[in-house]
Amino acid sequence: MDLQAVAFGVLAVVSIAAAALVISARNPVHSVLFLILTFFSAAGLFVLMGAEFLAMLLVVVYVGAVAVLFLFVVMMLDVDFAQFRQGFARYMPFGLVVAALLLFEMIVVSAAVATRGAAGGQTVPMASTAGFTNAEAIGRVLYTQYVYFFEAAGLVLLIAMIGAIVLTLHHRPHVRRQSVSRQVGRNRGSGMDVVQIKSGEGAPE
Amino acid sequence: MSVGLTSYLTVAAILFTIGVFGIFINRKNVIVILMSIELILLAVNINLVAFSVYLHQVTGQIFALFVLTVAAAEAAVGLAILVTFFRNRGDIAVDDVSMMKG
Repeated sequence: MDLQAVAFGVLAVVSIAAAALVISARNPVHSVLFLILTFFSAAGLFVLMGAEFLAMLLVVVYVGAVAVLFLFVVMMLDVDFAQFRQGFARYMPFGLVVAALLLFEMIVVSAAVATRGAAGGQTVPMASTAGFTNAEAIGRVLYTQYVYFFEAAGLVLLIAMIGAIVLTLHHRPHVRRQSVSRQVGRNRGSGMDVVQIKSGEGAPE
Repeated sequence: MSVGLTSYLTVAAILFTIGVFGIFINRKNVIVILMSIELILLAVNINLVAFSVYLHQVTGQIFALFVLTVAAAEAAVGLAILVTFFRNRGDIAVDDVSMMKG
């Protein structure tokens, strides 16, 4: 048993255990932290496979952005999370049956594909191609063959950002705000009114 | 001997199943449902990268990159909807989300 197999075993067990704890933890903050652990272990698996760029991306995007977003939302919402545990036992048997069936099917299919499919002959993972790092190899394909998809991915992120801002932007009514342009644009003519008042009648309304 | 393709696919299958099971048992908790979806997408990514590596083609990793993008966008919009829903209702119980039925 070599070092690679040991590393794979440890990372696989940690990621699966952490994923199981994500869905079963009572406190959603703990769920988010176990989600981070799952992503870290998955990034380790990616490194083991030789996909270093995606591993780093997983850590940066998921741990750095998505998980922190989850943490913010979980801590911001003042909700009694114990109330959500009610249907837990009721959905458990049906869920277990479906999950077991799904797992059985997926493992059978993936074992068949892995041994007899297109990848069947190759048992050795892709070595780092001579002179190319993994990031370089991705860049050479991403910016040539998939450049329009790359642009589309950017568009998806832009629209998601606009959507999130539009959804959460909240205008409170009856709040007096400072309007700098109005303050600066004020002059004597618009800021002052000279009224001639006849004696004995008072100022008009 | 090095680790085979089947091992990676099995880990991905188990993660996917845990994600689906999480949606089943946490039917009322939207936050955990969103995290389960992230787990499912992570399993998909592991599958894509494993096949990419064992087929000696980099295309699978590019697809994983796009899945990552969509997952991040989905999390952002989902959590924004959740925050808006919480602001309107003061609660995030998914049982009452039928209010848009009219």
